[in-house]
Amino acid sequence: MHVQLRFFARIREALGTGQITLELSDDVRWTPRLLAEHLASENGELWGRELLRANTLCAVNRTTVDAETALSNGDEVAFFPPVTGG
Amino acid sequence: MKSRSFRQLPEAERVEFQAEVEIREDDFSLEEEYRALVDSGTGACVLFSGLVRDISTDNSGTVLELEHYPGMVEAEISTIINEARGRWSLRRIRVIHRVGRLQQSDQIVLVGVSSAHRGDAFAACEFIMDYLKTRAPIWKKEGADGKHDWVEQRNSDLDATSRWT
Repeated sequence: MHVQLRFFARIREALGTGQITLELSDDVRWTPRLLAEHLASENGELWGRELLRANTLCAVNRTTVDAETALSNGDEVAFFPPVTGG
Repeated sequence: MKSRSFRQLPEAERVEFQAEVEIREDDFSLEEEYRALVDSGTGACVLFSGLVRDISTDNSGTVLELEHYPGMVEAEISTIINEARGRWSLRRIRVIHRVGRLQQSDQIVLVGVSSAHRGDAFAACEFIMDYLKTRAPIWKKEGADGKHDWVEQRNSDLDATSRWT
C-alpha cells in the first residue's frame, strides 16, 4: 500500500521536507506510530526525535487521530507540533 | 398556563443560520465584516480581532509567519462553529484567519458572531476563539530581536479551552 505523508511547522523545517509518498508492505498493520518508528530507522535519529516526540500530533485524512489508528491504502498522514494559531 | 414552546417565533428569529470560514493572506475590514454579520433580527454583534503584538525588547519590531494545513483548518473551525451552535442561539458567524507573513499591529484573526441577545454572542465568540487556538492546525513563527522561533503552545490557552468542558 502507499501513504502520503505531510509535515508542518517545526517538524517540516527540521526534516527538510513537507511531503513524501511511501510504499509500504501490505503484510503489516500500519499505524502512525509504526510509520514514525519505520521512518526513524530508515532516516535516522532526527526523524525519530521529531515524529515520536510526546507532544507531536497526528492526523489521518485531515482528522486528528490517535497514534495507534490503523492506516489504509491511500491515506494522507500528517505529523505536526501543537497548534499555535489565533 | 403559557408554554414557551408554543410561542410563535417572530419572522426575524426564524432566519437560517449562516457561517463562513476563510483562510487567506489578505487583510479584512471590521466594518465590512460587521455589515455581513448583522440583519434586522440581530440584537447583538461581537467582533474579536487578534493582532500581531510587538514582543521585541529592543524596539526593532516583530514579524510573524503563519503556516497552516489547508483543508484541515477549515474543517476544524467548522466543527468548532457547529459545537457553538449547539450551545447558544446564534444567527451568523464569520471566522477569518490570515496566513503568510504579517507585520507588527497587523490583524491576524477575526471571529464575528451575531445573535438576538448579547449573552449568546459574547460566549460563542470566546468559545470559538479558545478552541481555534488549541485545535485549528495553524502555526506561528515569531521574529523579534534578530531571532525567528516557532511559538510554543501556552498552558494558559489549554486552560482557557478546558473551562468549556
